[in-house]
Amino acid sequence: MAEYLIETRNLTRTFGSRREKVTAVDNVSLGIHEGEVVCLVGESGCGKTTTGKMIAGLLQPTAGQVLYRGRDVWAQDKNSFKDYRLGVQIVHQDPYASLNPSHTIYQILSAPLLHHSLATDRREARERVAKLLGIVDLTPVEDFLTKYPHQLSGGQRQRVSVARAITVDPSFIVADEAVSMVDVSIRVGLLNMLSRLKEELGVTFLFITHDLAVAKFFAWEGRIAVMYVGSLVEVASTPQLVNDPLHPYSKALLAAVPEADPVLTRHKERVRLRSQDIPSLLDLPSGCRFHPRCPFFEEGLCDVEWPALAPVGDGRYVACHRAAQG
Amino acid sequence: MKNDILNQSVSQKSPPLSVQDLWVEYKIERGMVKAVRGVNFDLRKGESLSLIGESGCGKTTLGLALIRLLVKAATIRQGQITYRRDGRTTDVLALKERDMRYFRWRECAMVFQSALNAFNPVLRIWDQIYDTIKAHDGMSRDQARESALRLLGYVQLDPERVIDAYPHELSGGMRQRVLLAMSLLLDPQILILDEPTTALDILTQRTILDLMKRLKAEMGFSMIFISHDLSIAAELADRVATMYAGGIVELGPVNDIFYRPAHPYTLGLIRAVPTVTGEFEDLVSIPGSPPDLIDLPSGCTFHPRCPYTTDRCRAEEPVLTLYEEDHAVACFHSDQVRREADVMWKQQDHHAAGDM
Amino acid sequence: MTETTVRGTRTTFHWIGGLFLALGTFLKNMSRNKIGFLGFLMFIGFVLLTTVGPKLVPEANRADLTAIYQPPSREHPMGTDSQGKDIWAQIVHGGLDILEMALLTGVISTFIGITLGSLSAIIGGRLDSFLTTLADVWLTIPRFPLLAVLATLIQLNSVVMLALILSVLSWAGLYRAIRAQVFSLKERDYVEAAVALDMGLRHIIFSEIMPNMMSYIAISFTFSMTAAIYAQVGLVFLGLVPLTRNWGVMINLAWTQGAIFFRDSVYFIMMPVTAIALFQLSIVWMSRSLEEVFNPRLRSR
Repeated sequence: MAEYLIETRNLTRTFGSRREKVTAVDNVSLGIHEGEVVCLVGESGCGKTTTGKMIAGLLQPTAGQVLYRGRDVWAQDKNSFKDYRLGVQIVHQDPYASLNPSHTIYQILSAPLLHHSLATDRREARERVAKLLGIVDLTPVEDFLTKYPHQLSGGQRQRVSVARAITVDPSFIVADEAVSMVDVSIRVGLLNMLSRLKEELGVTFLFITHDLAVAKFFAWEGRIAVMYVGSLVEVASTPQLVNDPLHPYSKALLAAVPEADPVLTRHKERVRLRSQDIPSLLDLPSGCRFHPRCPFFEEGLCDVEWPALAPVGDGRYVACHRAAQG
Repeated sequence: MKNDILNQSVSQKSPPLSVQDLWVEYKIERGMVKAVRGVNFDLRKGESLSLIGESGCGKTTLGLALIRLLVKAATIRQGQITYRRDGRTTDVLALKERDMRYFRWRECAMVFQSALNAFNPVLRIWDQIYDTIKAHDGMSRDQARESALRLLGYVQLDPERVIDAYPHELSGGMRQRVLLAMSLLLDPQILILDEPTTALDILTQRTILDLMKRLKAEMGFSMIFISHDLSIAAELADRVATMYAGGIVELGPVNDIFYRPAHPYTLGLIRAVPTVTGEFEDLVSIPGSPPDLIDLPSGCTFHPRCPYTTDRCRAEEPVLTLYEEDHAVACFHSDQVRREADVMWKQQDHHAAGDM
Repeated sequence: MTETTVRGTRTTFHWIGGLFLALGTFLKNMSRNKIGFLGFLMFIGFVLLTTVGPKLVPEANRADLTAIYQPPSREHPMGTDSQGKDIWAQIVHGGLDILEMALLTGVISTFIGITLGSLSAIIGGRLDSFLTTLADVWLTIPRFPLLAVLATLIQLNSVVMLALILSVLSWAGLYRAIRAQVFSLKERDYVEAAVALDMGLRHIIFSEIMPNMMSYIAISFTFSMTAAIYAQVGLVFLGLVPLTRNWGVMINLAWTQGAIFFRDSVYFIMMPVTAIALFQLSIVWMSRSLEEVFNPRLRSR
């Protein structure tokens, strides 16, 4: 088996004091190969952003490990940590908050280049910045260099965010809802640009999103990992998940999503859940977290025993007693 | 007259709402923003009409204009909004402020985009409901409480528990349901919803969508909902109007709009939105970006981004005209668009397109 | 001419041109707010009055007991005081102290506030807890009585001394405000991106956070100036500070000599009061424009 570029082992993150502890991420183990695209999918509060930030090294886990090229990132020396730091970058969700409003686009993109001596003088910096803007399709370059973020549209700002992320030539990018706040017609362009980065620069992606349609499009040749209340409930290749979901939560999600196709969406078979209540992180259900809502709930099993994420063949993993039984 | 041609079938005889040639603009430092430009449409009895468009197309301004809740800097330059109920006809733009307040909520209720934050955090739900009723000259306190409890039950909430709760004790989905219940309290004929499910999770959104369908079927109101999300329109709408740069560029039944679009922008939107189930579809983006509403392009506002642009498009702005039965479009090249759409749906081996 | 000289000249021109451009932009942004600009002009007026004025208007040194409490006339535009000295001249000469002290206090206290506030918010931990508790205690100390007591113990006869003491006494408020600002700014996405790009603490504080606090800092600066002026005038009014004839001293003299009780002598007390009030007003009004000046959204090319 090929080595993972990024791997998490029992990654856990809790918040709050000892008395009132909230486990936002609970024992997430996931491996991502170089050149792969993995989508982390789930609803709000499921812990996907926290997981993403831990993978990017912006948040320290309370338990478990993040491994970059096989090494525990928080247990290595300063030099190796710096390699990891620069090797994993992040693209944020909100185009209105991801760029410093007091800096011009040139300043934003040249700062990391000059700081890390990737460009030695202003002329070289300007050349490299121009090249970066070209990669993210912000041309003609002169139109953007001296502008401030507020003069750009949301989609353009996201492109600058991406350009900033690739200034240090990273191997891995965590895209945290990177297209969610952008208009639909602009979204495709951004996604195609990110795909090109994958193909041409060999960047590996962890794409966090709540939008299943975007996940399907961007990660069609990759995998989707579904999270619910802090844990992974299913990991499968995108075609597998989208057409044959195994975990009841995945089934419910896919059935609940409205489609941009009237006949398809109105005739879609829904999954009836037993309850609408989303569990509070302070008072989690016993056993399987999904059991209060699960239509396949089996008393005595699902509310007692925690279902571990288990392989069910074909490279798929599901955390469900029923699915594991086959 | 255009409007007469657009309203031909029986159910369209006296639509609850008619908008004619509406123009709304507002002044900012940089210039005059032409947010709504010559909009014409009818809202038919018991239908749900979806206004689809992206940010900056004027759809929210249009929604606000219908109940005259625009900001001070905005002016309704011209146009007519006609409201009909039980044989009475009202010219909405001519109403005095006091009558306007009666109109809002009793005849036409609106649920806003940032609705989840519309609650006062220090008041209980009941207090806010009662405040709203009082302000719009409604019923007695007891009647109001009874209605409130009934409607809260309707929207599948636990009435007793919710009515005395504080907003922060309720989840986003629950708050949205309370707002829906509140909007129906005074039995309006028209409900306007601006991005009703945008901030909600997939499963919560599903509950709200199903709820909206049920409410409309059971209570019989007409609904306009504004969204940038095509899939919501596919789910809920009877008719869809696509808006671009302040104007309606296409208006027709939902199946026509999706399977037989006649405007390049509509087609572009459909091609840019992926479905979840089914095979992989290659997506095509619309090049360029939405126009500046202060400095609009000449002729057809969509021409800089349109693959079918000709000189005529650059010079002349197309008007919303009937293309086929009950389906109007503002474009000179609808036939080309239609052919392209047919190809696209056939390629996807779409059974429904063939049936419809 | 050698290559370097040509380049040198060109660079100098570049610099001068850049300076003019900056000045022009500054003035343009200042003028966006009418009241702010008015305040700015008044402030400049006062600065000129107190710095250049003394060179043009002779000092009122000679006492003329025949011209006590004279109303405004051509010879004495603001009348005369209890000793027959020209009030206008005293106003002109009496403002520099106040201005110097206000600016100095503003600079020192803002500096202390920024340094401690930023470090506290960014480093956090025990340093933060310690400083916050210290600030909380500090804020409960009644400033004015303490100043009064200090005045009897230390010789508060220099502007610098007074500025330093006032700054030290009033650091707590600014510290808390700056700390809160930095707390909120450091959570921004672009700061997180800078962390991911390994830009280093110095870059994050000075390049990412500070520029977005500039309007806040400038406004805090103006308010610490007004607070300092009040404190100083108060002290001087109580006769606790042996400074030379400045506006505060004028009020003190006028008060002790009962100038408010006579119609003719009212100018002696009202002129310095008005001068101080207008000076404060100019600062407060000017702060309205400062927000516009430092707002990057107004910068466009």
